[in-house]
Amino acid sequence: MATITTVVRGRPSTRSSVWRRRLLIGVVALYVGLLIVAPLVALVRGAFLEGAAAMWQVINQPGVWRAFWQTLQIGVVVVVVHTVFGTAVAWVFVRDDFRGKWLLNAIMDLPFAVSPVVVGYMLILIFGRRGLLAPLLAAWDIQVVFALPGMVLATLFVTMPFMVRVLVPVLEAFDVRQEQAAATLGAGGWFTFRRVTFPALRWGFVYGITLTFARALGEFGAVLVVGGGIQGRTETVPIYIFRALDERMYTGAYSAALLLGLFSILLILGTDWLRRRRQE
Amino acid sequence: MASMTTPATTPRIPWARLGIRGMALSYLFIMLIIPISVIFWDGFSEGMVTLWQEVTKPIAWSALKLTLWTSAVMAIINGVMGLLTAFVLVRYTFPGKTTLNAIIDLPLAIPTLVTGLMLVALYGPQQVLGQWILEHFGQRIIFAPPGIVLALLFVTFPFVVRSVQPVLLDLDQAQEDAAATLAATSWMIFHRITFPAIRLPLLSGMLLSFARAIGEFGAIVIVAGNIPFRSQTAAVYVYGEVESENRLGASAMSVAMMLIAFSVVALVGYLERRGRRG
Repeated sequence: MATITTVVRGRPSTRSSVWRRRLLIGVVALYVGLLIVAPLVALVRGAFLEGAAAMWQVINQPGVWRAFWQTLQIGVVVVVVHTVFGTAVAWVFVRDDFRGKWLLNAIMDLPFAVSPVVVGYMLILIFGRRGLLAPLLAAWDIQVVFALPGMVLATLFVTMPFMVRVLVPVLEAFDVRQEQAAATLGAGGWFTFRRVTFPALRWGFVYGITLTFARALGEFGAVLVVGGGIQGRTETVPIYIFRALDERMYTGAYSAALLLGLFSILLILGTDWLRRRRQE
Repeated sequence: MASMTTPATTPRIPWARLGIRGMALSYLFIMLIIPISVIFWDGFSEGMVTLWQEVTKPIAWSALKLTLWTSAVMAIINGVMGLLTAFVLVRYTFPGKTTLNAIIDLPLAIPTLVTGLMLVALYGPQQVLGQWILEHFGQRIIFAPPGIVLALLFVTFPFVVRSVQPVLLDLDQAQEDAAATLAATSWMIFHRITFPAIRLPLLSGMLLSFARAIGEFGAIVIVAGNIPFRSQTAAVYVYGEVESENRLGASAMSVAMMLIAFSVVALVGYLERRGRRG
């Protein structure tokens, strides 16, 4: 996310303004500390409560590795699909023009406002045993619900806006004349995209991909509903955490949550840091 | 799909443009429009009366009411604290400011289920802080409405901050300085000059966090438990109905949640369009 630099203005600081300043900063620090930092610390403490050895023992089980592998698979497929189609949607947003385009803007953010549970339920209504496409799926012997395809579809829906929302402002800032110049010099469409457009959008892609990937790894509600959370079959990491908590395997739940949370945080903060360093 | 007529001046049809447009629109249509329509179609298939009856069943109605009031409380707290955080980040320099700025985005990166687990690890009845609050204030946090509000606050914290911050940053402080030279008190300056400028982004940040909160599941399902009439929210209710294959109840509540959230999102769009016109 964008770095914010402050412009310090010279308004005479009185005694009361100094105290107000301290008070406001203190209140914000306390709020952020209690709401975000303290729970994070509590999670780390919970995971290490029985020692690192116990932590490794609960993580190092075939079922848990399977959950991690499954989560990773879903994340990769989702990223690939959104990179291709998200780019197309973002391009249409910025460059294309046709009647009814405003509708596009209105529907793009809808996934943010749909509950993950409802997303999973939608897919059951379409692909489920008594769903709209049930006869077709039965004839072709395709299983979507309670299987990997359904979980991928659910994650795709939930992470839909990220790629587009990241790419649109970058594409808007990009100067079309660069492309036009390339075209005048005889460059073809694909050549122009590869050599002119793509390098300019590179950081948009990197940020969009990491954000999509992080969200895909952490999706819970939609994947639980459509996948059914069948142990050893449709269990992702968040679903494993949920089950571990239910079965009072606290170290397992905390350790997996710590691993998943840290990975997502490092992914996002790392990209942000890299991008800032490149800009400087 | 609208076919584009080629102007006489260009001799060739822009296949690439039409291709990308077709690809983008069919993707959105298949992935977004169809699934959302299916829910509405299923919800309304038994008629408006049945839908209304399903939503106003005591257990469903109380889940919806709980969702709405906890989301509203969250939106108000988030508005006040988000505004304050943005103000402190933009106007003051202090040690640890970069860290604070980075922490704001953490909730976007942390999976919502992990958020729920984190809150239970801190405020749970067996934990130190949770027990202390229970003893001194007689209030449970986890498996109770305060836990729901906390979870929602965590998940939506960046919404208000990131919506107010850029506007506050662009704000010309010359006006405030002028008011200060005219002996206006700092509260008057904030109330009459600063606040009117950030009112709209503040409101849209609050409304968006409200819309997002209506459907929140991962963070809540652990924190709130699943106690009907006490801590069961609308999303958790839908989950239960889907599990017990009660199609009517699940569809009705889904439609209600989507109608509320979509109206709020549409309201934000309207406010932003009006704000741009001035």
